[in-house]
Amino acid sequence: MKPRVATVWLGGCSGCHMSFLDMDERLIELADKIELVYSPIADVKQFPMNVDVALVEGAVSNNENEELAHLIRRNAKFVLSFGDCATTGNVTAMRNQFSPDEIIHRAYVELAEADPTIPSEFMTIAKLLPQAKPLHEVIPVDGFLHGCPPTPDQIWFAVSELLAGRTPVLPNAYLRYG
Amino acid sequence: MAILTLTINGEHVSGKDDESLLDIARQHDVHIPTLCHLDGLSDVGACRLCLVEVEGQSKLFPACTTKPQEGMVIRTDTERLKKYRRTIIELLASEGNHQCAVCVVNNHCELQNLAYDVDLQYVRFPYLYPKKELDATHEDFVIDRNRCVLCTRCVRVCHEVEGAHTWDIAGRGIDCTIIADMNQPWGTSASCTSCGKCVRVCPTGALFEKGQTVAEMEKQRDFLKYIVHARQKREWVAEQIEEE
Ligand code: SF4
Ligand code: SF4
Ligand code: SF4
Ligand code: FES
Repeated sequence: MKPRVATVWLGGCSGCHMSFLDMDERLIELADKIELVYSPIADVKQFPMNVDVALVEGAVSNNENEELAHLIRRNAKFVLSFGDCATTGNVTAMRNQFSPDEIIHRAYVELAEADPTIPSEFMTIAKLLPQAKPLHEVIPVDGFLHGCPPTPDQIWFAVSELLAGRTPVLPNAYLRYG
Repeated sequence: MAILTLTINGEHVSGKDDESLLDIARQHDVHIPTLCHLDGLSDVGACRLCLVEVEGQSKLFPACTTKPQEGMVIRTDTERLKKYRRTIIELLASEGNHQCAVCVVNNHCELQNLAYDVDLQYVRFPYLYPKKELDATHEDFVIDRNRCVLCTRCVRVCHEVEGAHTWDIAGRGIDCTIIADMNQPWGTSASCTSCGKCVRVCPTGALFEKGQTVAEMEKQRDFLKYIVHARQKREWVAEQIEEE
């Protein structure tokens, strides 16, 4: 059976996923080797059971991210913090010097051009956590892929190692913040 | 001045009694990580990255402020020291607000290089996200305290080399901060001559020139050698100045 791989988009800009797509023709090789069971680029609503590898982009920024993070930990064997926002909080955590109320007010009232309304009545909208956190502060993580975003080569290396059944020990040359 | 013999990581070496352990280690190609130290400035032992073990002593010594003694036996690379160095870098990261991706010195930063040196995969301590002030009131420069690692290089270069003494440290612990003059906006400082020395010696993106964007700023620190050389030896070394 092919390894079941998931990629997840938490509080990030999707840049790490763009870099994943930048693996170009290597994606074709990858498509033969894995089963992509969950991803922002696949139409799957529910994070599935028995995932072998999960690449998680972004910081844990709202209650939905937090729930999903715990679900990923329960259902996936290997969880990889994918990029700087997942690893350090990075740009997503720049809001942490302000309270969620200050941020929501800034976004929906101060910067609104028309109809300054705070969408608090909508129960379907996720609630900001007091602070955005790196993934490993919320769940145990098995590995880290650095960079904002990680380069396609870094991603290819990590994924190839995982598919070969090895824990990716990323060479120091790939250690790169920013 | 006397010549002493000591042992660094099992090798016999010699050094002068008025040099620091760091100087002697470097002369013998022994790499000790440093952050607050900068050639040309006085040493204050602020960052503790250069700590070394001295045989027969239970406490650790900062190599930059410790003078050699005859027969000293020193270790610079034990597992204990590596662990402490990693911990220091993690504490620096968690006590500031570092977003390398949007920082002016991204890829030219001494803190980043130190993190790579200790193979920092992630920070084990919770990030504190302290509220820090950015001051852009100076005509040419900005101080962004979010990126400051309190190495005090700026304080020392301004006092010791420029002679202006604009910068100082205020507060304690997590509230410790670099201030201009009487804790006022930098742009209103009467002592600052706008020489830019502090900006050049700053190891991080805490001090930068206006108009610089992400990853654009590369600090030129060599100038300090020439100024200090000129002061001490009373001569300007022409070709080096041209290089500058
Ligand atoms: S000062 Fe260095 S470590 Fe801090 S954000 Fe800038 S590049 Fe990153
Ligand atoms: S610009 Fe020069 S005078 Fe002004 S604070 Fe910096 S070092 Fe001191
Ligand atoms: S502003 Fe820069 S040079 Fe000054 S203490 Fe902070 S990090 Fe060091
Ligand atoms: S370099 Fe010696 S304590 Fe900072």
